[in-house]
Amino acid sequence: MGKAKKIRVLAAKPGLDGHDRGIKVVALALMNAGMEVVYTGLRQTPTQIVEAAVQEDVDVIAMSILSGAHDYLFPKVMELLKEKGVSDMLVLGGGIIPDEDIPALKEAGITEVFGPGTTTTEIISYIEHHATVR
Amino acid sequence: MFKEKNQASLAGALEKWSEAVDQKVSKRPERKPDFLNTSGIPIKRLYTPLDDPAENYSEDLGLPGEYPYTRGVQPTMYRGRFWTMRQYAGFASAEESNKRYRFLLDQGQTGLSVAFDLPTQIGYDSDNEIAIGEVGKVGVAIDSLADVETLFQEIPLEKVSTSMTINAPAAVLLAMYIVVAEKQGADPKKLKGTIQNDILKEYSSRGTYIYPPKPSMRIITDIFSYCAEEVPMWNTISISGYHIREAGSTAVQEIAFTLANGIAYVDAALKAGLDVDKFGPRLSFFFNAHLDFLEEVAKYRAARKLWANIMKDRFHAKNPKSMMIRFHTQTAGCTLTAQQPKNNIVRVAYQALSAVLGGTQSLHTNSMDEALSLPSEESVQIALKTQQMIAYETGVTDTVDPLAGSYYVESLTREIYERAYDYIRKIDKMGGAPTAIEQGYIQREIQDSAYAYQREIEKDERIVVGLNRFQIEEEKPKNLLRVDPAVRTQQVERLRKLKAERNDESVKSALAALDQGARGDDNLMPLIMEAVRGYATLGEICDVLRGVFGEYQAINTLG
Repeated sequence: MGKAKKIRVLAAKPGLDGHDRGIKVVALALMNAGMEVVYTGLRQTPTQIVEAAVQEDVDVIAMSILSGAHDYLFPKVMELLKEKGVSDMLVLGGGIIPDEDIPALKEAGITEVFGPGTTTTEIISYIEHHATVR
Repeated sequence: MFKEKNQASLAGALEKWSEAVDQKVSKRPERKPDFLNTSGIPIKRLYTPLDDPAENYSEDLGLPGEYPYTRGVQPTMYRGRFWTMRQYAGFASAEESNKRYRFLLDQGQTGLSVAFDLPTQIGYDSDNEIAIGEVGKVGVAIDSLADVETLFQEIPLEKVSTSMTINAPAAVLLAMYIVVAEKQGADPKKLKGTIQNDILKEYSSRGTYIYPPKPSMRIITDIFSYCAEEVPMWNTISISGYHIREAGSTAVQEIAFTLANGIAYVDAALKAGLDVDKFGPRLSFFFNAHLDFLEEVAKYRAARKLWANIMKDRFHAKNPKSMMIRFHTQTAGCTLTAQQPKNNIVRVAYQALSAVLGGTQSLHTNSMDEALSLPSEESVQIALKTQQMIAYETGVTDTVDPLAGSYYVESLTREIYERAYDYIRKIDKMGGAPTAIEQGYIQREIQDSAYAYQREIEKDERIVVGLNRFQIEEEKPKNLLRVDPAVRTQQVERLRKLKAERNDESVKSALAALDQGARGDDNLMPLIMEAVRGYATLGEICDVLRGVFGEYQAINTLG
């Protein structure tokens, strides 16, 4: 057996929201935990995110929105992933997401939603337990 | 000398005292080995007159309303009049936001502050595909002059002062505001307010940029020069540390990066041939009120002195008004917790108090539920009442700069000043703030601080009540304010109607003139005013400029 393959993560900012403190802190923490992280930068359309995820062959997509546009953008990403036939990526959401929105997001295929106050340790451990490394 | 003798005897006493206390501490340690504030400045156990040599009083502090303004920009401060209580608000449609403004004015708010949605802030109309999901969410959706007419219906623009958080398309929104005011019969020369118009911090911290730095700086100096003649009481820029701090910087970095941006704007305006004492007095600033109470108070005082020094010594301003840093403050959104949201009322109160003790000119107090969603009417009311209590009940407003002379506060003021100055010198060496941003230096400094802050919380080195200690079982909050997704449909319909009814020929010729002007070096403001008057949309105007100037491509500062 060789060295375990590293978990690959796409850290993404969908929509027009410019709040990137959270996603950058999470991305840095994932890198320090030994994962390979690709950060999309701001203002990504769902199409761009899905293309980047496929192209970079990631195991996890971690998206952050604080503008309230998650109700449209998160499910849109899931829809496009399905269209591409991608079904084994772990897709996570974070940001300012009201609790009452979470069931619908999970219904759409977002595996977990991390709200304000979540530690990076929790996110790292969640990914380590749930991601399927291909 | 009496003073020297006193100092020597104090130094002796202090040494003895320290030895005795150290002995005790070696048996019974203090809470932690090192006490540092958020800027990493070591905090001593005790401050005494030895930390505050008062011989430089005039040079370091001066009197309120006098250079270097450390003690305040007005001689009477809040004995004369209170700060402007200005709550940032706006959501959904222009009608909804107009209702909220009139509610706030009825509640005793003394100035308006307009929040725009993201498509507006990035120069897209509501019917643009990229705007789906964002219309009306973080602020009001504005597509054309018609929306601004609705936004300020029955609000006399000659009487209120209005702040608009708009940056890349600031010229367009300002033009719309002026035209609506004219239609109300107001004299533009009497209009009071502020546009944020601070593009540099958008690149480094906030993200709503459109064009690359060079043309963006040109639009900004066009606004400076237009307003100096036509809208002379308008604050043409609000150079903002707020978002730099929200993005994770320390207090020292907040001041340093903000004033470094300020230097870049002054440089650009001077290069455009403007007179420092003509635009200098219209520069305003915007800071964050964070958790470390005394560090924040010292920060505002240090910022006043630093800007006064910069304007006088570096830019040779003669007009005292050019040297005064007048600023708005908002309490720190990033310190609000989603857990036990009512605790946020108390956090906000302390933060607001630090801004008042630091001599702010206007203040926004955050609402307790902002870590969850847009604030409800009730929580906005509590936030505003918090300011009213500080103003009318606490007594801190009855004398100017009441914390001056505190050995600790004065020592910290000097320390923050020095450390911020060191950063500015470093940024100067790199070629100024725009270059430092292009190279990602400022972004990296901020993200490193943000990461360090989060690590401290996760290692329990920094305690956040209700988050990593003193947690309680609680019910999930209900009745959060939500924006009706139908706002987009309504805006799209309004746009369709507008485009059907307006005179397309005059829109086309105004946009063509703007295109021409942008390619040359005409002042863009009159051209934008003309386009706005004919009901050209925000998206159309910004598209013309995108065509000429191109769009900014951010650099990746991770990894």
